Amino acid sequence: MRSRYALRFLALGYLALLLGIPVVLVFVNAFQDGVGAAWNAVTTPEAQHAFFLTLVMVGVAVPLNTVFGVLAALAIVRQRFRGRALLNAAIDLPFAVSPVVVGLALLFVYGSRDGWVGDWLAAHGIRVIFSTPGMILATMFVSLPFVVRETIPVLREIGTEQEQAAATLGAGPMQTFFRVTLPAIRWGVAYGVVLTTARALGEFGAVSVVSGRISGETQTATLFVEDRFEHFNATGAYAASVVLALLALVTLLAMNAIKPKESRT
Amino acid sequence: MSIVVDSVSKRFGDYTALDDVSLEVRDGSLTALLGPSGGGKSTLLRVIAGLETPDSGAVSIAGEDATSKPPQRRNVGFVFQHYAAFKHMTVAKNVAFGLTIRKRQKDEIDARVDELLRLVHLDGFAHRYPSQLSGGQRQRMALARALAVQPRVLLLDEPFGALDATVRKELRAWLRRLHEQVHVTTVFVTHDQEEAMEVAEQIVVLNEGRIEQVGSPQQLYENPANDFVMGFIGPVSELSGRWIRPHDVEILREPADQAAAAMIDRIVHLGFEVRVELSLGNGDKTWVQTTKAQAEELELSDGDIVWLRASGVPVALVQPSH
Repeated sequence: MRSRYALRFLALGYLALLLGIPVVLVFVNAFQDGVGAAWNAVTTPEAQHAFFLTLVMVGVAVPLNTVFGVLAALAIVRQRFRGRALLNAAIDLPFAVSPVVVGLALLFVYGSRDGWVGDWLAAHGIRVIFSTPGMILATMFVSLPFVVRETIPVLREIGTEQEQAAATLGAGPMQTFFRVTLPAIRWGVAYGVVLTTARALGEFGAVSVVSGRISGETQTATLFVEDRFEHFNATGAYAASVVLALLALVTLLAMNAIKPKESRT
Repeated sequence: MSIVVDSVSKRFGDYTALDDVSLEVRDGSLTALLGPSGGGKSTLLRVIAGLETPDSGAVSIAGEDATSKPPQRRNVGFVFQHYAAFKHMTVAKNVAFGLTIRKRQKDEIDARVDELLRLVHLDGFAHRYPSQLSGGQRQRMALARALAVQPRVLLLDEPFGALDATVRKELRAWLRRLHEQVHVTTVFVTHDQEEAMEVAEQIVVLNEGRIEQVGSPQQLYENPANDFVMGFIGPVSELSGRWIRPHDVEILREPADQAAAAMIDRIVHLGFEVRVELSLGNGDKTWVQTTKAQAEELELSDGDIVWLRASGVPVALVQPSH
């Protein structure tokens, strides 16, 4: 009996120290000068632009990584080809590489002065670094593995019999995918989408390197938080943090809302 | 001929699943592919459905060459051992799947689904999900789904293999009756000789990727082509170096021509049937199947010395190859 309670207290205490107290303090600090001050801090033009830019990152990176993730998972689970193991390993690269390194790598490739293709792109009037495209690339890079990693196990679990049954019933490959495979793996994909979204919302390091941090131009919500903090604007930093936390919460709730009743836990 | 398989071979790495197999299946017949696991029977069924591509040979269905056609264009119904139910669809949607793919009118689909659910005794289950059905019900749903598109042939891969013994017996009898009603050419895979004998009109015995024999249950039992078929299709006793059905051995109280002496080790009473286990002079063990009445008439008891010989007309007698 006693050991069971001890285990619970240990788990809850650990969570409280690591997660609970810091998050609560963020909320407390955000509203220390009142709700009005917090509201004003996150509705300045720079703040609004920062949130908008973050939503652009999410809006581009999440759909692209979802489509890529499902296709990559299908290739890894259902096909046998040379380089399959390499693909499988390469997908985890963003987990292994520090986001700052990712940012620097993007500078090497797309930088307008000494990047591999940066010169050529600059000559054609396309600016990647210190601009939105580079930040989107950075966000996509760091949030790449989630959909693949969440989809692979469910794809393995459902096996191939349902797809074979669909084929014998007259369904072509596309019909089989959209009517049988996708509905069967949808919760794995959805969870991957939630994680991808959370990662894209919170990305700091890689985006910070390639953005140039131009306030009101290439400043995402996380960069905005840091900027306010460095300028001793605690209310602005904490209030923007609260908005980011709420956005992540909305994503989680959205997934729960579309989940059918019987699989809700 | 409804299905013609012509010299089909299929290898998986070093393992030969099918070795130059040829087979013809008559229109409207009910055929069993019978054999031990790994004998190639499921591979043959999957080659017919187009779920496996043969390394060589040809398959034709209803007179058309189907060898290079993908499964979706062969118009076969396929039933899997583990049902392969579409878990996210209701029973009605599962059964309707093939018709929805074929873009039939909604009224037509609804009517056909109703008809099929009645046929497989699942009317009233239309709006349930597969997870709310028992194994037997799921398999009947899978069968309705396969029949919905009016396939030219119905293929069943160990359809009752995952079900418990009682349900399996019920479904066997039911499949037979269904075949009489629907009359679609049906091929099913089984490793259970009793199931094959009870359900099928024609049995194809497959072993190590080759067809050992094709025939009616009676032909296989009475005229097995070799010791494998004889051993697989029914019980076997060895007598004077030959294999014989244990009910074709006569027990004599006195020595006689062509009769071998043996000592009774044990008598097992199984109701009507009595099984007598014996040791022959050279130490070999054998057994004889007899009736309660005969055992009583001969007054058999443990330790008795008796003489064994093949009875008047043995139904099968095979020289074992080993």
